[in-house]
Amino acid sequence: MLKVENVKKRFGGLIALKGVSFEVKEGEIHALIGPNGAGKTTLFNIINGFLKPTSGKVIFMDKRIDGLRPSKIASYGIARTFQIVRTFPEMTVLENVLAGLGKEIYRSSKVFYEKVKKQGRIEKAEKLLNLCGLEEYKNIYASILPLGLQRKLEIARALATRPSLLLLDEPASGLNENETKDLAELFKRIKDMGITILFIEHDMRFTMGIADIVTVLDYGEKIAEGIPEEVTKNPKVIEAYLGTESDINA
Amino acid sequence: MTLDYFFTVLTFSNIFIILALSLNVVMGYAGQVSLGHAAFFGIGAYTSAILATKFGWGYFPSLLMSILVGAFFGFLLGLPSLRVKHDFLVLTTIGLNFVVVAIFKHIDFFGGPYGIIGVPRPVFFGKELETGGYALYTGALAFLVILLMIYIEKIYLRYGFEAVKENEDAAESIGVSVPRFKIYAFTISGALAGLAGNLWAYQMGMVFPDDFSFPVSISILTMVVLGGVGTISGPVVGALIVTFLPEILRPIQDYRLLIYGIIIVLVMLYQPGGLLGKNGLLRSIFKR
Repeated sequence: MLKVENVKKRFGGLIALKGVSFEVKEGEIHALIGPNGAGKTTLFNIINGFLKPTSGKVIFMDKRIDGLRPSKIASYGIARTFQIVRTFPEMTVLENVLAGLGKEIYRSSKVFYEKVKKQGRIEKAEKLLNLCGLEEYKNIYASILPLGLQRKLEIARALATRPSLLLLDEPASGLNENETKDLAELFKRIKDMGITILFIEHDMRFTMGIADIVTVLDYGEKIAEGIPEEVTKNPKVIEAYLGTESDINA
Repeated sequence: MTLDYFFTVLTFSNIFIILALSLNVVMGYAGQVSLGHAAFFGIGAYTSAILATKFGWGYFPSLLMSILVGAFFGFLLGLPSLRVKHDFLVLTTIGLNFVVVAIFKHIDFFGGPYGIIGVPRPVFFGKELETGGYALYTGALAFLVILLMIYIEKIYLRYGFEAVKENEDAAESIGVSVPRFKIYAFTISGALAGLAGNLWAYQMGMVFPDDFSFPVSISILTMVVLGGVGTISGPVVGALIVTFLPEILRPIQDYRLLIYGIIIVLVMLYQPGGLLGKNGLLRSIFKR
């Protein structure tokens, strides 16, 4: 579904990605892990179009997408969330999701006459809020939600764009144990909807428990890839995570 | 206060309601602060004045041209907003205001510092419009613009603007092309300012470069900020207050700019959302 081919990214003198290749297969939950500064978020930003790769290709559903506008890439069916949450703070929870439901409308002349708050659309938005456990907060401004709920809201808004690939940047960061459990449940429900997930995460227990496939980056290079059981035993991975070894085995 | 005088002030307030709502589209909806809004106003006014005096165009064709030319320049001058953001955009728009006024002042085609005089009164159905009729007519247009804003409030265009204003990256991630929506905002805003310009030219019968200088941009900004950025009622009430107050309180007339400055500072300190914005003074009174 998504192929990243030999992607390099240089910021001035800093080489963030040194030629990374990997593939995300349809229907899988794919994790992208690695120590801080490994280039994970840079890779996300290249996939969704915030950054152009210095060289290399990104191919999504047989179309080359690297270098396209993020909104164009979104229209092809890639949605994302952010490491530092970026909900629309002055919109209500419901309006955030309604904004996501407009993905196709923003690109057409319908934007000048399509009413936002139609019965059918509100129902769709409420379904998504239900799915993400946000139904009781629907009329609250996003800015006053606690972080855990803002993360869920970002996922709901991303799902509203009806993506085939969902990119989640550290969805479990800042969540407590219960919230993390909820998130794992949500991942399964999203997978059941036929949506492929690629996510970045530092919470190893969560990652290893939910991922079908794990790709490990270190210093801008892919150092390992495979099912969680293999990856956690890989000496290179253990070395990259030196000092957090016990965490991996936990 | 004679009736004619009252109608004149009413006409001005109608024109400024349109201008304030027009600035509100770029600033309140799309979050692009423009401090050169009088430039679009001037472009609309000069378009009508030139067409009426030099080419003998009738009222409605020049009205239409003012709107179209305003929209075109809104589009054109909106292009910098794609490259510069925040404080840099503010400075760029101030610069554009000065450039436009300088062009009016120094190019003979635009009449130079003495402007263009002799714009006739508009003629509707063979009848010349008197002060009262014109106040009514501009009021009807201001009302139409308010209806347009209420309409925009309900459609996806408004959500696209809001997304751009609140977070450009998040906007792009849900399919909102940020440049496209900024251009939409500047074009709509330019068209409405062009309309206001037409109304001004026909009200005054003449246009001068200084009618559209930087302090005018500041007064439009004051209306929007005082009433409440991003709301509909805010800019309308702001425009009414800022136009009528100096008429009622004659002695403050010479200190207009000083008063605008003080209003902006006080609003920013104590009513950052404006009188009709979130937690605004007037809003809480009306709600009761």
